[in-house]
Amino acid sequence: MSPLTSRKIAYNDGMKILVIEDDREAADYMQKAFAEAGHTAHVAGDGDSGFALADAAEYDVLVVDRMLPRRDGLSVIAGLRSRGNTTPVLILSALGEVDDRVTGLRAGGDDYLTKPYAFSELLARVEVLNRRAPTRESETLYRVGDLEIDRLSHTVRRAAQEIVLQPREYRLLEYLMRHAGQVVTRTMLLENVWDYHFDPQTNVIDVHISRLRGKIEKGFEKPILHTIRGAGYMLKAG
Amino acid sequence: MAFRLPAIMKTTAARLSALYLLLFALCAVLLVFYMTSLSARMLMVQTQETINEEVQGLARGYQRGGIPVLVRVVEQRSRQPGANLYLLADPNGQILSGNVQSIQPGVLQREGWTELPFSYERYGEAAGRRQSAETETPTEVGHNAIAVVLRLPNQMILMVGRDLGEPERFRDVIQRSLMLALAMMGFGALLIWYFVGRRALKHIDGVSEASRRIMAGDLSGRLPVTGAGDEFDRLSENLNAMLARIAHLNDGLKQVSDNIAHDLKTPLTRLRNRAEAALSGKKTGADYREALEGTIAESDQLIRTFNAILMISRLEAGYSAESTDKVDLAAVVHDVVELYEPVAEELGVGLESSVAGPVVVNGNRELIAQALSNIIDNAIKYSAGAVEKPHVGVTLQRDGDEVRLQVSDNGLGIPDEGDRARAIERFVRLEKSRSQPGSGLGLSLAKAVMKFHNGRLDLLPGNPGLSVLMGFPGSKDA
Repeated sequence: MSPLTSRKIAYNDGMKILVIEDDREAADYMQKAFAEAGHTAHVAGDGDSGFALADAAEYDVLVVDRMLPRRDGLSVIAGLRSRGNTTPVLILSALGEVDDRVTGLRAGGDDYLTKPYAFSELLARVEVLNRRAPTRESETLYRVGDLEIDRLSHTVRRAAQEIVLQPREYRLLEYLMRHAGQVVTRTMLLENVWDYHFDPQTNVIDVHISRLRGKIEKGFEKPILHTIRGAGYMLKAG
Repeated sequence: MAFRLPAIMKTTAARLSALYLLLFALCAVLLVFYMTSLSARMLMVQTQETINEEVQGLARGYQRGGIPVLVRVVEQRSRQPGANLYLLADPNGQILSGNVQSIQPGVLQREGWTELPFSYERYGEAAGRRQSAETETPTEVGHNAIAVVLRLPNQMILMVGRDLGEPERFRDVIQRSLMLALAMMGFGALLIWYFVGRRALKHIDGVSEASRRIMAGDLSGRLPVTGAGDEFDRLSENLNAMLARIAHLNDGLKQVSDNIAHDLKTPLTRLRNRAEAALSGKKTGADYREALEGTIAESDQLIRTFNAILMISRLEAGYSAESTDKVDLAAVVHDVVELYEPVAEELGVGLESSVAGPVVVNGNRELIAQALSNIIDNAIKYSAGAVEKPHVGVTLQRDGDEVRLQVSDNGLGIPDEGDRARAIERFVRLEKSRSQPGSGLGLSLAKAVMKFHNGRLDLLPGNPGLSVLMGFPGSKDA
């Protein structure tokens, strides 16, 4: 029933997630919510046991709180990386200093989310990070339903009909297509398409999406760019 | 006073003085010993030379006329006043002539220089001491002297000596004056030590007392500055400057907490009321969903406001070089204008930028973009009420040492200068704009960002409308 559970794609089925978080209540909630979304989450309550678990078992994504008892989150990540562990890591942090994000990513994190956050945001980011997700970076042609983009010539076609997009609209569509079938949030779009990490106060992203939607859906029967309430957007055929 | 001395001992100055005093005393004592022994030796040498001369004089007399002349010369010289001693005795040590009446036993039995000073008694002096002489042993009576003892060819004994009273007195005088000088210096040192130590103690006590007062909560208190310009004053001045900074930060904190209390309570109350309303009466599942969605939306807005407050505080806490880099403002303007262009178009507002070439400053790209987006967001909102076609223009240009990024709208503006100044303050939303959504922190955040960049944020009257100026310090080669 929930839009969050009704959109699974093969490789995102039953991800194995390790949550290293010392706040019991938050960790329990995450575990339950991940389970509801069809994933399995293990919880470690401190840095040491988190490191041991991540080192011993194969996880698809690690969610690591930055401030942990016994061993700091960043040190856990650095330790794993130095042992050749490349499992994608999402850092959770209550810190919001200007350069905290940079420090976190430099320590080996793959994404950074500041508390408090919406679970839908966390889930969307974790699913995008999934170790088993195919890297589509090298593919030259993205296709979703009857919509396709040629990444070499930057041309967009739907049902063999060419659609002219502005450069930014093209990059927006490219990102959505790379993560087709996955929810992408507004902040993810701002980060990946515009390369900014702040919170725009107004619905700027929505307006960009609705413009893009107008171009790729107008005159075609089926909607392809879906709004996921309370979460973000998803490009999906049918 | 006595009970304060241990406290004085605890001061660094007093400890140092004590150490110096000790070293000084040691040196002085060594000096006294050295001086006295040196002078004693010199006097002894002099005395021996005098005796040698006398002996030579007597020897000349003896060579001229033998024993009789010698005896005559001895008697003649014995009558002269002075420190010289003459004695002529028979081979058994019986005194025959000279100015010595009695002598420490054993002295005459050894020829040559006497090893140690010996005691003797002169003629004439003994008369005055007759009465007391009975009770005293002869060795304790009289004077000390050194002498040379010679045995004449006829086995008679000749002794020539010199009284040591004068050199001993001289040595005593030197020793006493040295001791006196030492005592005076020691006393002076003690005095200086006491006053310096007490002064230091007084200063430190003043600082401690003032700090205690300030710690108790009176942040307006300051440490005493005597005006002497010494190290204590410098210390106090620096501590005062630090206190002023703390007080400033504290004021800021207080203002934020006041504002939080004021502006977060309203949405929190709303949040609570919404939840309460959802629980009361008969509701369908859709009603609950709507209520919960509203609750989440309300919390998100609260979180957004809260994040903005935190961000402002952190920015105001100070500049950190690690979080800045070279930023092309032209690129930032291009990005943000492009980001807002669809929103502006949807609201029927023309958004244009005029930028000539890259303009590089030192800064944080994210922060500048956020500040600019807040300002453009405001400009679009408030230009919507323009008389003519609403329009927002963004210009970027270098003006001397300043890089000016300006966002102008042709809306109603803020005609009153006081209102313009107030608009930048935290949480201030001018009455006319109360109906617009927003936390009221957009401009405050932009101002904090500009302060972080050592720049300025000014609201200028447009013609019509409002013009927001972001001024970055930036030389050509920055």
